[in-house]
Amino acid sequence: MSRDKDRYLSILLISPSILAVLIFIYGFIAWSVRVSLSEWKGLNPDYTWAGLKNYINLFSDPRFQVDIRNTLIFTGVFVAGSILLGFFLAVMLDQGLKGEGFFRSLFLFPMAISYIVTGVVWRWLMNPATGDRLSGFNLLFSYLHLDFLINKWHTTENWGIAAIALAAIWQMSGYTMAIYLAGLRGIPDELREAARIDGANELQIYRFIILPLLSPVTLSALIILGHMSLKVFDLIVAVAGKQLPLDVPAIYMWQTTFDGLFYGRGAAIGILLLVSVAVLIIPYIRYTLKTETQQ
Amino acid sequence: MNKKLYLLTTLLVAAALILSACGPKASKVEVFSWWTGGGEAAGLEAMIKVFNAKYPNIEFINAAVAGGAGTNARAVLATRLQAGDPPDSWQGHAGQELIGTYVAGNQIKPLNDLYQSEGWLAVMPQTLIPLISDNGNIYSVPVNIHRANVLWYNPSVLEANGVAVPTTMDEWFAAMDTLQAAGVTPLALGEQWTKMHLMETVLLGTLGPDKYNGLWTGETDWGGADVTKALENYQKVLTYANSDSASLSWQDAAKLVVDGDAAFNVMGDWAEGYFRELGKTPKTDYGWAPVPGSVGVFQFLSDSFVLAVGAPDEEAAIAWLKVAGSKEGQEAFNPVKGSICARTDCDKNLFGEYLQSAMDDWASNTVVGSLTHGVVANDSWKSEIDTALGLFIQDGNLANFQSALVAACKNSGPCK
Repeated sequence: MSRDKDRYLSILLISPSILAVLIFIYGFIAWSVRVSLSEWKGLNPDYTWAGLKNYINLFSDPRFQVDIRNTLIFTGVFVAGSILLGFFLAVMLDQGLKGEGFFRSLFLFPMAISYIVTGVVWRWLMNPATGDRLSGFNLLFSYLHLDFLINKWHTTENWGIAAIALAAIWQMSGYTMAIYLAGLRGIPDELREAARIDGANELQIYRFIILPLLSPVTLSALIILGHMSLKVFDLIVAVAGKQLPLDVPAIYMWQTTFDGLFYGRGAAIGILLLVSVAVLIIPYIRYTLKTETQQ
Repeated sequence: MNKKLYLLTTLLVAAALILSACGPKASKVEVFSWWTGGGEAAGLEAMIKVFNAKYPNIEFINAAVAGGAGTNARAVLATRLQAGDPPDSWQGHAGQELIGTYVAGNQIKPLNDLYQSEGWLAVMPQTLIPLISDNGNIYSVPVNIHRANVLWYNPSVLEANGVAVPTTMDEWFAAMDTLQAAGVTPLALGEQWTKMHLMETVLLGTLGPDKYNGLWTGETDWGGADVTKALENYQKVLTYANSDSASLSWQDAAKLVVDGDAAFNVMGDWAEGYFRELGKTPKTDYGWAPVPGSVGVFQFLSDSFVLAVGAPDEEAAIAWLKVAGSKEGQEAFNPVKGSICARTDCDKNLFGEYLQSAMDDWASNTVVGSLTHGVVANDSWKSEIDTALGLFIQDGNLANFQSALVAACKNSGPCK
């Protein structure tokens, strides 16, 4: 009797959040899908059926091609950079140096800052002005007589987006470090010692023992960083405003919907973003759920 | 005791709220804008004072939403309109930005009767009226006027290099060649929207006012040789600009001129307010002229107010519009905002040196509209032009650019 009561009570208690999720997440996803299949352009809703027209047009849209290219470059540089740097920092901290706690917080701190703040600061640092108006990194390079390093940062032709990824690496590599550090601490010392006794040098220990054992951590890092980089918006807008050379799908979506009133096209971009993130996330969630139930 | 005190406070607050809700005003008008800071907000306050003095029985509700150039405000407004909850009147750039969005959506009412009864047709430039009308209906009351086709220059830089202020495209190119050879940055340019601003002035300077107007009515062929020539001119002008333009705001770019780091800058005349803020003196630290090729033409943009379809209190809204179009209202607003009156009969002594010269031009020149600032093209069309321009700046392919402009006019403009 009291078990039944508990069950009803628990259903009652979670029903508001289930309802809210159903309406505000899945309901709105469904509505966006509907809008993306419509002719809606202008202030007033227009649900005339357009089929897949908005999607097909996007793939022949030169701006969307720029967006895809930029997203791929950004994701590549950002994910690879954060993982390499994060892993390196974690290995360094794992050597048992003095003041480890201090350095750990130091490297983790940038994550506490919002992308907007990071963007504004890096906008100053990556100032591409030349001649008398040198500033930021370029001025520093000039003081250090490293003039060959002076470059145009995010205004570099075709590859400017990679400079934005640098700011994102600065922000997120500390986080990657933290999860790698946790992973490293989870590896029992016996394994290293056994390898040493078998005659492995330090490099071999990392190559054959540590890295394989860390592969689930790397997978988590890949997925967390990967889905963040697909959705990037605020960092780019804070560094460079809304300019086409640094355009990504999220910026295109915002501009075409709210500045250009192409609601159908904007919804289509939104759905494509959702799908691309889902492709990355859903297998991961299934995998984690499965391993967790097994445990 | 504490509980009682708490209860008492709550009751008092509630009572205060109820009392404040039933004020003595008979009716109220809710006016929506994005004027939340600087000279704009101060100007609006000044105009509200005029309104309160004239209509003491109408309560003015200032529903301003912050955010640069109204991006946020317009998203909020769109939501309210879609929910059937319009404010009585709202701010918008005069011309197609209002007409293409809100007339097409049947959200605002024509104001021809108000123009007749208030005699505004006689005090506003004749060439202005078609630009703020659709099918013979006038849809908004312009409060202020800014000029887009202004060439700002640094007098001492020009003098030091023996360059006169150019009046034609060819003179401008010759002047910039000289400056470039002398190691001076000829043209200061900023981020993408300032490049669109530059483009519209070069289109105007090359095509002249009639063909330029034709671009927006479908009479001038976007694919024609004239437009090709204008775009070639634009491409050439871009070669004289600073290399770091993508990282500069309009203020950064304008500042290069008054600091002597560049010779020319094309920007709307709000730049003059910025130069004054920097403590610069007109004619010595900065000079101005129409963009080469557009002498005698005033390319304008304007903030204006509309009358909502289904306004909660239409009478009060009309009272507000009367103030917005009145000499008194505009004389209160514009000197503070740093713009000129849409009316041609404002008192010149209220304005500074640059604005006085702009007032003369406004009253005598041919008036055409700005693209970047919402007069000549609706939002969808403008955003397609913006995308085409962005791609052009990236790849420099002029033929693709022109065909994208032709397609944009077909998709979202009047071209068939």
